[in-house]
Amino acid sequence: MKKIKAKDVDVFYGKKQALFNISLDIEENQVTALIGPSGCGKSTFLRCLNRMNDVIDICSVKGEILINDFNINDKSCDVVRLREKIGMVFQKPNPFPKTLYENVSYGPTIHGIAQSKQEMDEIVETSLKKAALWEEVKDRLHEPGTGLSGGQQQRLCIARAISVRPEVILMDEPCSALDPIATAQIEELIDELKKEHTIIIVTHSMAQAARVSQNTGFFHLGQLIEHGSTDKIFKNPDNKKTQDYITGRFG
Amino acid sequence: MNLILFTFIVLLGFTSYYFGRKKAYSIQSTKKRLTALPQFYGYYLAIWCAIPAFIIFSLWAIFEPTIVKLLILSDYSNQGYLDDELNLIYEKTKALSRGQFTGEITPFIKASAEKYLSLRSIAQSSKAVIVLSIIIASVAYAYKRISSNSRTREPVEKFLNAVLFTASLAAILTTVGIVFSLIFQTIDFFKVIPLFDFVFGTHWYPAKAFVRDSSEALDPSMYSDTFGAIPIFAGTFFIAFIAMCVAIPIGLMSGIYLAEYASVKVRQYAKPLIEILAGIPTVVYGFFAALTVGPFLKELGTSMGLEVSAESALAAGGVMGIMIIPFISSLSDDVITSVPQSLRDGSYAMGATKSETIKRVIFPAALPGIVGSILLGVSRAIGETMIVVMASGLAANLTLNPLESTSTITAQIVVILIGDQAFGDPKTQAAFALGMSLFLVTLCLNIVALRVVKKYREKYE
Repeated sequence: MKKIKAKDVDVFYGKKQALFNISLDIEENQVTALIGPSGCGKSTFLRCLNRMNDVIDICSVKGEILINDFNINDKSCDVVRLREKIGMVFQKPNPFPKTLYENVSYGPTIHGIAQSKQEMDEIVETSLKKAALWEEVKDRLHEPGTGLSGGQQQRLCIARAISVRPEVILMDEPCSALDPIATAQIEELIDELKKEHTIIIVTHSMAQAARVSQNTGFFHLGQLIEHGSTDKIFKNPDNKKTQDYITGRFG
Repeated sequence: MNLILFTFIVLLGFTSYYFGRKKAYSIQSTKKRLTALPQFYGYYLAIWCAIPAFIIFSLWAIFEPTIVKLLILSDYSNQGYLDDELNLIYEKTKALSRGQFTGEITPFIKASAEKYLSLRSIAQSSKAVIVLSIIIASVAYAYKRISSNSRTREPVEKFLNAVLFTASLAAILTTVGIVFSLIFQTIDFFKVIPLFDFVFGTHWYPAKAFVRDSSEALDPSMYSDTFGAIPIFAGTFFIAFIAMCVAIPIGLMSGIYLAEYASVKVRQYAKPLIEILAGIPTVVYGFFAALTVGPFLKELGTSMGLEVSAESALAAGGVMGIMIIPFISSLSDDVITSVPQSLRDGSYAMGATKSETIKRVIFPAALPGIVGSILLGVSRAIGETMIVVMASGLAANLTLNPLESTSTITAQIVVILIGDQAFGDPKTQAAFALGMSLFLVTLCLNIVALRVVKKYREKYE
């Protein structure tokens, strides 16, 4: 089942073209990894999927991105609803300067999801449990989220993202600022989350892509060189560039 | 004479720098490695020139007048003069030597004046000789001493450290000095006027204290009901309040607009334009308030059947608020802009709109800075003088009607210190008491501001 279908996506920063003609389908309830050397456009592509590129003035996106067969680049698309459905976790943990509770309840509050304080408490608890953070923080929900360790902060950001029950979670190098133990925890979490969410993860670590993903797309210089099942890409890629990158000959 | 000497010493300093560096280069040319860059050798010699010069100049400035005075007055000793009379004689001598003495010239004083002039010229020339010889000696000594492995970098760095320390010490000592001058005069004031009357009195009428014969003995009872500070404190806070009512909303909103909504191009032009407001001298705001806004408000009020004074608290406070807008707008713009983009991204990615992001994420994160900018605006408002003097009148009315005229602490200090005044007069000392209260108020504001900022820092970092 295809969750997202990108067709001929071009992205420009001012006059400079960053992505060329990307067409990529994303499978539902699986993890898709986007790999490639720095500056190849994988993060840019990820940010197309929840229209985060709107925030950048000079950035323009062309082409069709269908999510549940609805083109999100269409004028009728409501960005607020879109981003409710498509959550995002960033490279550097970015908890808000608020309490843990307020961090997780942020999304439900702005989307009016919880009807009562009790319901909100439940949402916060389930989200933190799903993010495997509940046991560590349940006694200090009203302390600032910025007081946590890096790995805990990142799991808090994941809890924040899943609090509105998004269908898709975009992860932009979620472990690049974390130590190996925190990375392992997040990877375990990703495996758990894919039961309910479709996950797209940008990563620099080939090992991570191999560990967590079922599908992989390889980007190079703004082009999608190859995509397919992770097994195939890592063991038997069609393209020589992919082969070279995977085996560490460049990038 | 002093100027020539000074120029000469500066030239000497440059010369010793040059020689020090030259010697360093010549050491270097013998393939020896220096312990520091050649410039340091130059600076090192220049310091050997500057420090002795500074010490001798200071000593001279301290001791020369005392010694000259002693020598002059030794002619008058054992003649039964009192200390005060001797001082007077010395002052007359000095005045005569400068050709500024207008009284009767006695032969004694004339002789003293001549002696004074000759002593001064001896002192000057001996100073020049001593300074120059000591400098040359010390530079020569240092020049001989420097070699490839002498330590020049450390003394130079230490010297710089000392110079910078002295500079900040001067600033701190000045502050302390000002505070002490305030304190002593204020204490004198409160010896005559009871503290209770000052703090709780409701009549401020300092002119009453001045209309008296100076030979008359100080009679505390005549000052009762004269120095009650409540009306001017009330006026100060009232006008500051009006000003902040104008400045906070407009300043904050324009700051948010500039930081979050304005396109690069708009920001590029709008920000300097707003900052121009901060460059307008307050006296210009003052006559804008007095000659444009005041009469306009009066006319507007009259047409609505209200009685508006031409000099009203509203005119002064409103214009003061306009004056403060750029502080708040520019500072909060800076603070908001410095909130990391990652927080904005995080909020947008949750589906928050721009205004929700600002209200729920950016504003709380920027709050310490914003509170800081507001408190800075408040202390400007409380300390502002010119606009109030020109636009809100000088009579200290106790009123909460913004359409009437009222006065502030700063304006009253101006009123008191304009024109005739005598030291030791309660009316003059009242200015110090007011200055002291003003200082205390702004000090408290600053402390509160720092605490607020610190509290939020602790919470969120």
